[in-house]
Amino acid sequence: MSESLKAILDSLHAFGTGLVGDMWWTLIWTLIKIMILLAPVLFMVTYITLAERKIIGFMQVRYGPNRVGFWGILQPLADAAKLLFKELLIPEKVDKSVFLLAPALTLVPALVAWAVIPFAPGIVLADINIGILFILAISSMGVYGIIMAGWGSNNRFSFLGGLRSAAQMVSYEVSMGFTLIPVVMLAGSLNLTDVVNAQKGVWFVVPLLPLFVIYFVSVVAETNRSPFDLPEAEAELVAGFITEYSAMASGLFFMGEYANMILVSFMGSILFLGGWLPPVGFLDFIPGIIWLGIKASLLLFVFLWIRATFPRYRYDQLMRLGWKVFLPISLLWIFVIGLGMHLLGKA
Amino acid sequence: MVTDLLFYLFSAITVMAAVGVVTSRNQVHSVLFLILAFFNTAALFILLQAELLAALLVIVYMGAVAVLFLFVVMMLDVSFEELRKGMIQHLPLGVFVGAVILAELVVILSGIHAPHAPAAAATIPNAQLIGQVMFTQYLLPFEVASFILLVALIGAVVLTHRRRKVVKRQIISEQLARTREQSVALVKVASGQGAQQ
Repeated sequence: MSESLKAILDSLHAFGTGLVGDMWWTLIWTLIKIMILLAPVLFMVTYITLAERKIIGFMQVRYGPNRVGFWGILQPLADAAKLLFKELLIPEKVDKSVFLLAPALTLVPALVAWAVIPFAPGIVLADINIGILFILAISSMGVYGIIMAGWGSNNRFSFLGGLRSAAQMVSYEVSMGFTLIPVVMLAGSLNLTDVVNAQKGVWFVVPLLPLFVIYFVSVVAETNRSPFDLPEAEAELVAGFITEYSAMASGLFFMGEYANMILVSFMGSILFLGGWLPPVGFLDFIPGIIWLGIKASLLLFVFLWIRATFPRYRYDQLMRLGWKVFLPISLLWIFVIGLGMHLLGKA
Repeated sequence: MVTDLLFYLFSAITVMAAVGVVTSRNQVHSVLFLILAFFNTAALFILLQAELLAALLVIVYMGAVAVLFLFVVMMLDVSFEELRKGMIQHLPLGVFVGAVILAELVVILSGIHAPHAPAAAATIPNAQLIGQVMFTQYLLPFEVASFILLVALIGAVVLTHRRRKVVKRQIISEQLARTREQSVALVKVASGQGAQQ
């Protein structure tokens, strides 16, 4: 952080403390920081939808949206306006409180988890000791929105979608969690800033390449993205748990899905690809936040690429992959890494 | 001051959620209240600076146990009229069990020496401290607990994999081992008679 910026911040703190007192200023300042964090996240969520349609369009040799604004650049805003002004239908026999709570419970965890993501040295909202566990804990809450939507809608298709998704997310959380253990072992810390700093010599993707692949496939499954989007398999389940939702309520589900996608891409870059560190030393004149953005964008591109390329998995194949392939490999790799660290005398 | 306010907020929500668990008529709502109670308990742990316990509570109880609870409860088909019929009959037993649990809680809680300061000095991470005692001082109980869990795990696998007549299951190796001779027969059908074995 540059000196002038620091001076401006200091005078701002002094002004605020003098105006409303210490306690309130801390509260207000935290709220301001949360807004500064969430505004770009929501912006990314808005524009990843355009990126998705453009990229899939490109891969399928068509234009994608190109009517609203130059190059379709205003399309997400048009979509958002449409969703906001549509009528929210609440079917007669739904469990109203559960039905209305579910979309919020999907979106909120996806946004809360951003609190511990470090964008550059020192630029993090909450630099807590258990960053990785915090993200695991928060992302494990995401399943409730979907399961509640499925049950609250009082619709067979929704219910089946909700159940599928619950089983899928719980299973893949296990394999995702196991891929994070070697990262923690190598970094010697659960703090995400420490994890990035531990990758100064060599990125963790080098010793942990199989785990990086497993991590990526697991998060694709965990975010219910194609080819693992069985909870909303339209050929079998109409739209799965979203079937009964309309207007912004269904929009919130999609926002949650995209926010999660972006979050796990940032997580993957931080845990395996060196976070804000440049790939080679002499490139460190470029700010770290840009490197992190580039890495996360690459992972996001792979998300979209996969969606345009692969057909949907069958449910039993999905479960077999998670429990019988990924879990043993990651367990074995934990053992290998532990043995390696012991032999090299690093533990 | 802020911590105190937060404490009262979280504990009030916890107590209300706990009341909701036993009073709501819909059993799915009960489980959802239970989840709310878990979450607020985790928040209370954070106020005690026991952030590892909080995270584990959320991951294990909210992320896994409660999801399976919800899973089972959603698929149960219970009529509430049936359940309420036995209310008076079972009341003495229920009161007795409740009294025993309450007595145990009182005994345990009175044994704790006040005042309880925040668990650890903030300089050493919580996870490190717990790891240190868990793998030295409490190694044996830790290993015994994990062994019991392993046995339970194997038990679950064995129960799932036993062969039962009523359950149809796919055995992929048998499917793949099928040959043309076993599954297709070429029959000459006389006109007007249909295919016969």
